[in-house]
Amino acid sequence: MGCSMHKTCILKIYRGTPGNQYWEEFELELRPFLNITSALMEIQRNPVTKNNNRVTPVSWEQGCLEEVCGSCSMLINGRPRQGCTALIHKLIEATGSNVVTLAPMTKFPLVKDLVVDRSQMFENLKKIKAWVDVDDSFDKGFGPKISPQVQEAMYTLSTCMTCGCCTEACPQVNNNSKFVGPATISQARLFNAHPVGNLTAQERLRPLMEEGGISDCGNAQNCVEVCPKSIPLTESIAVIGRQVVRQAWKDMISVPDEDKK
Amino acid sequence: MSFSKKTKEVIVVGGGLAGLAAAMKLAENGCHVKVVSVTKCKRSHSVCAQGGINAAMNLKNEDDSPIIHAYDTIKGGDFLADQPPILEMCMAAPGIIRMMERFGCPFNRTGEGNLDFRRFGGTLYYRTAFCGASTGQQLLYALDEQVRRYEAMGKVEKFEHHEFMRLVLDDEGVARGIIVMDLFTMQLMVLKADAVVFGTGGPGLIFKQSTNSTFCTGAANGRLFKQGMKYANGEFIQIHPTAIPGEDKLRLISESSRGEGGRMWVYGDSSKKIISPEGKEMPCGVTGQPWYFLEDMYPAFGNLVPRDIAAREVLRVCELGLGIDGKSQVYLDVSQLDSKQQHKIESVLEIYRKFTGEDPHKVPMKIFPAVHYSMGGAWVDWPAADDPDRWTRYRHMTNIPGCFNVGESEFQYHGANRLGANSLLSCIFAGLVAGGEVPRYLDSLDRSYGNLPVRVYSESLSIEESFKHDLLNRNGKENVHALHNELSDLMVNNVTVKRDNESLKKTMEGIKQIRDRLNHISLDDKAGNVNQTYQFANQFGYMLEIALVITKGALLRDEFRGAHYKPSFPERDDNHWLKTTIAQYDPSKDEPLISYIPVDTRHLKPIARDYSKAKKVKPDLENIPKNIVLPV
Repeated sequence: MGCSMHKTCILKIYRGTPGNQYWEEFELELRPFLNITSALMEIQRNPVTKNNNRVTPVSWEQGCLEEVCGSCSMLINGRPRQGCTALIHKLIEATGSNVVTLAPMTKFPLVKDLVVDRSQMFENLKKIKAWVDVDDSFDKGFGPKISPQVQEAMYTLSTCMTCGCCTEACPQVNNNSKFVGPATISQARLFNAHPVGNLTAQERLRPLMEEGGISDCGNAQNCVEVCPKSIPLTESIAVIGRQVVRQAWKDMISVPDEDKK
Repeated sequence: MSFSKKTKEVIVVGGGLAGLAAAMKLAENGCHVKVVSVTKCKRSHSVCAQGGINAAMNLKNEDDSPIIHAYDTIKGGDFLADQPPILEMCMAAPGIIRMMERFGCPFNRTGEGNLDFRRFGGTLYYRTAFCGASTGQQLLYALDEQVRRYEAMGKVEKFEHHEFMRLVLDDEGVARGIIVMDLFTMQLMVLKADAVVFGTGGPGLIFKQSTNSTFCTGAANGRLFKQGMKYANGEFIQIHPTAIPGEDKLRLISESSRGEGGRMWVYGDSSKKIISPEGKEMPCGVTGQPWYFLEDMYPAFGNLVPRDIAAREVLRVCELGLGIDGKSQVYLDVSQLDSKQQHKIESVLEIYRKFTGEDPHKVPMKIFPAVHYSMGGAWVDWPAADDPDRWTRYRHMTNIPGCFNVGESEFQYHGANRLGANSLLSCIFAGLVAGGEVPRYLDSLDRSYGNLPVRVYSESLSIEESFKHDLLNRNGKENVHALHNELSDLMVNNVTVKRDNESLKKTMEGIKQIRDRLNHISLDDKAGNVNQTYQFANQFGYMLEIALVITKGALLRDEFRGAHYKPSFPERDDNHWLKTTIAQYDPSKDEPLISYIPVDTRHLKPIARDYSKAKKVKPDLENIPKNIVLPV
């Protein structure tokens, strides 16, 4: 392991509450496969800084610890990612330094330390009706057959954990914009790809024609770089871009929606 | 004022698969539902379920049927589970799969576009529908989407990042709401309703070293237990045979890796001998060659024996000194599978690669058993379809009127050992059942929470306020996280795969001592919002109560059944122990009160649980009611 020259690592954490954020450093013994969440647990057990001050434990969100729940997103050395899969020896290998910085994501309201409030992402899912509009929850037989290729594509889109990394990395998401962000657009693509979901595709596309919709994407392509699930977000944005244009034309010349003939 | 307008206000605590299934069905049935979750529902522990969900749809032309599924489940649970709920769950399973498929859950497909199925442990049939190897995640998302749809309609209201702290009971002991804590502001508040459904998951964090998410403390059930809720079969804790050893978590490697053809092995040593399931002495393979120990000992089921058996055999093999690199670990090998098979379990292989740095496509994985699932949980009622009192009792209601329990937090479907891919099924099924039973219960009430005196709520709130004050102001030398580590050591060493009465007695004493020392903790965070140390300290006391329930149940049960293995009592003893353990809190004693109730075996009389030479059987279940009404 490349960290053999270091016996310890230093977690430099940007913590505090809105309007009162500050850096604090914690020094930890390096162990093989030590990840950021284990390190934070250790700090929680014994919250003593590098300068030997006993402080309040650092707050952060965590859950599955295997990168399927999306809880532990944070900025690690400036990059949005999950703390559970961030192995410290790999971070040291990449930077050559045993100092690792942790900070809360900046595109969401700060709650405390590394905890932010990502509710807006879930509100966006409501806005674009990110579900299949079924009649009810009874057994009505199988839905339409789906080819393995379409299933595979839908499965990939459906692994989105709403973790917020793409939103954080996107330069178009900021205080002056209402941009819904890449994850929301990709979810619109998922449900429009489903044979029954597609029946209400226009209800997903119309909100994306408005301010904060698809046209706010600046094509920086940061989203796809940081997505922990390798979801083809830029491709989703392109697909939805084409669907939105087609929908806009239909709306302009008042062609009835195909499914509502 | 007469009770003219019937309220339909219901609280669901827990936003995992079971809670969301209940919330969806309740909303559909005209209730207004408040969903309370410690995290965003979408992040619940259900996302960690990997391999699949069982349903005997017979799409592989094997003459499979829900009856055989029920038979496998009853036998897999070593006959400890009541049989009527299992029968209905297995009958409902195909409908549940079709419902989830309509919701858009991306199940794997065959070339023709039909659902694909894989094999799983404890059965010889291809019965497990799956979405890659993150089936739980995909099923949860599908329900989360449907519940969000009801939320947008105003029928569901979410309280995420809120924790259940206390059940509010009226003067007659009927559930009328809850006290919750906002986990951002740490403020306590009252939520009112006429029924509360709990789907709060398992208690893995009591062991700390487990495959569970950090949400799975079992504290909600501990709180209910201390308020009088009966807890059943607590001693039955499933140990999953294949997890990656780790510091913060023992990450699961899905049973589907074996369902797709993965093999478990160690290097053989013919000078060493092991006793086969038939009681014969056999050599441990050929020296220096891979020894596929499960295939050797269980020719019929091979690597797909039930989890309790696989976990014990891994331990036995390691105890003989055959563990890889001399450590307690064995190989789980999928490197010989073709790329198509490997692709179906890609997401678990990715987890292994990310956390160990080794590529399981090319080298065998090193794994060891880990605490995984609680078969036990809240006792809940189940009047069978043809019971005369079917419509005057309520399925999934605990012994507290108006308090229901669904999913892993309840005891109903898995007996002494759960079969793989039955948990997702039982969660959805139980949620749907509760979604139908709760409205019927509401109709039976002659008054609503709106008619209750204010003090019912204010008194509950002040109990929690003063407990919070007490906990924050404790000023001793103990550290709650250090106490948690001590509890973990006790539980993992003494209350997992192998149990003996001496150690269990010591564990009881040890837990009680930790409980005393909890009075002398001092919190590193005494104020402030998002106070996770306080949150955990509050949970920990209740986790200790459930730890006592688990341990005492194990201590008293002198037999070997399913996941409960005591070498000193190496046989299943139906004469004395074919009974359900019931634990109740007794404020006058320092440990739970244990009693027993009979197991309902009306469909299949207990037989030997043999996996070494079983063939596909066409079982005949008896006394199947003609009037079963399924919740899908």
